[in-house]
Amino acid sequence: MAPRNTSLAPGRNAEEVEGGALTATDRDRMRALLPAIEADRRIDDWGRSERVEGVFDATVVEFFYRYWFRCEVEGIENVPADGGALLVSNHAGALPPDAVMIGKAIRDQHPRARPLYMTVEHFFKGYPGFSALLPKIGCVPAHPANVHRLLYDEGQLVLVFPEGRKGTEKLVKDRYRVQRFGRGGFVEAAMRAEAQLVPVCVVGAEEAAPVFARSKLLQKATGLIYFPLTPTFPWLGPAGMLGYLPAKFRIRFLEPIDTTRMGAEPAEDKALVQSVAQEVRARIQENLHEMVSRRRSVWLG
Amino acid sequence: MSGRIEVVAERLQRRRVLIAGLASYWGGRLAQALESFPEVEAIVGVDTRDPTRELERTEFVKVSNQHGLIQRIVRAARIDTVIDARLVVDAFTTTRRRAHESNVIGTMNLLAACAGEGSPVRKFVFKSSGHVYGSAQTDPAFFTESMRRSGPATNPIERDVVEAEASVIDFAAKQKVVDVTVLRCANVLGPDVDTSFTRMLALPLVPMIVGFDPRLQFVHEDDVVHALEHAAVHRLPGTFNVAADGVLALSEIIGLLGKRAAPALPPWGTGLFAAGPLRVAGIRIPAETLSLLRFGRGMDNRRYKATGFDYGYTTREAVLAFSEHLRLQPILRGVESAYTYEGEVERFLRHSPLARPPETPEQGSAGTSATEREPFGI
Repeated sequence: MAPRNTSLAPGRNAEEVEGGALTATDRDRMRALLPAIEADRRIDDWGRSERVEGVFDATVVEFFYRYWFRCEVEGIENVPADGGALLVSNHAGALPPDAVMIGKAIRDQHPRARPLYMTVEHFFKGYPGFSALLPKIGCVPAHPANVHRLLYDEGQLVLVFPEGRKGTEKLVKDRYRVQRFGRGGFVEAAMRAEAQLVPVCVVGAEEAAPVFARSKLLQKATGLIYFPLTPTFPWLGPAGMLGYLPAKFRIRFLEPIDTTRMGAEPAEDKALVQSVAQEVRARIQENLHEMVSRRRSVWLG
Repeated sequence: MSGRIEVVAERLQRRRVLIAGLASYWGGRLAQALESFPEVEAIVGVDTRDPTRELERTEFVKVSNQHGLIQRIVRAARIDTVIDARLVVDAFTTTRRRAHESNVIGTMNLLAACAGEGSPVRKFVFKSSGHVYGSAQTDPAFFTESMRRSGPATNPIERDVVEAEASVIDFAAKQKVVDVTVLRCANVLGPDVDTSFTRMLALPLVPMIVGFDPRLQFVHEDDVVHALEHAAVHRLPGTFNVAADGVLALSEIIGLLGKRAAPALPPWGTGLFAAGPLRVAGIRIPAETLSLLRFGRGMDNRRYKATGFDYGYTTREAVLAFSEHLRLQPILRGVESAYTYEGEVERFLRHSPLARPPETPEQGSAGTSATEREPFGI
């Protein structure tokens, strides 16, 4: 009984796996078979470490969230209190601070302080250092099966950046222009998992870590996926990646989109998937324009 | 939890079982366990080597990997259930060539012996390995049975496992009357089993690759034996992952063992380092274990649980059981007497009218069932 996921090639024994829609009782039954949480463990099955995340949260994240970026949060009530939900956000900046700030906003403001799983490129799993550290603070490789298990089976909050690298690579002159949203895979993932889609807008990340240029040569030399040139990186060494400028952050959670009311098997309807993806992108872009237009200063908000 | 999940697999009666690879660790353990099952009427074990464990009613036949001979045994003994426990999943146990011979050619011959017009075989259980999924950068965090590995196999053991399993799946497609069960087992931990992981974790400093802390999942050796028993006596066509609950970070495992990590393997050129300086230092880490040290592997174990199977140990408990064993090892070493197979003695005990069993098997095993959790034969 595998999660239904057409983006994965079916195995040789696909016919043995029960296909079609799972009934509600099947779903409950498979959920009941998930491994129980062992009280003595400090790391979950995704590699998330309570200890490392706690230290990171109380120091670096706390500093940036409260004092450096002075995050302001709107619409936190749009983040569901339970069940799987896929948060979709715009993405920007070299070593983007936006994901961590969204996670902190939910821990800080939401009545249930739910953990947020942040999807990252597979690249990081293969790069020494990132590979050991990122899972500890709640990052998960952006594999469709991972997103499905988190949303559908475990009922967690998952954050995706459909712009992907197009978002982080874009130069400061293109700020707040939301890039193409992939092929709508995130909408399919939410539909299959019967999860809510919550669009998120972040203002400030573009100016906090502006990318003036990219260096192809240095990227090749370091084996990184891209090599940004920012005010502090690479001039101050790897630590320059954290040399964010003190831009004012605003995070706005928009009204959720319920994917369970789109008929049976909505993920198979490519036109529907595309139009939902377009709509999410349009709503984020529209809200970004409005938030930027009301902002009097990049640094003071 | 088991109370709420109904047992979906149908229990079978009056089985006549053939275990291929009786001399292997799993073959011996399984034969010992099945001897106490009342529904198992007869147990025949075949292997190219002598058995390594003491057995009571299992009949051993030493036979080379020739399908003709095995086929005659299968037909003569009216075997309905064949369990293949031979698969070599660890490169250190034997040479590359022997592993290939056993894994690929041996599986092919065994399948040939079970096929054909008039074959009495109705059930085939194949002990496979999580190595079919490999371990790669673009893997999902939890492999389900319907997923494929991310890329082609890059080391000999994984290639063998993939090839052997493919021939079993092919057999299943052609032999409609045979229920084929494939059990993909995670890496095994326990006091008794000897793998490259148990050797590595027994080192005073456990090697890690700089900058990597892979997620690893294990299964306790007793649970593997119970999983094979469960497959032997239930109707369970299909492929199933056999892995304990819980995926642990390697650093977490090292902490549970009370050991120190040695991030000594370089992230680039790891294979060369393992083949050079490490080999010189007497530490052997095979290629399939090296890739696990980098990317790890997690498996979704819910499908087998849904058939009514319960695990005795979580991954964490298996690690703890192993750590107890490591602490006892210096004291217990050499205490347990090794068993040597003596064909004449075994024949006398089983077939001479002078040899009387102390009690009939029915009385001795009336209360035993697959759900009991005592470890067997240690």
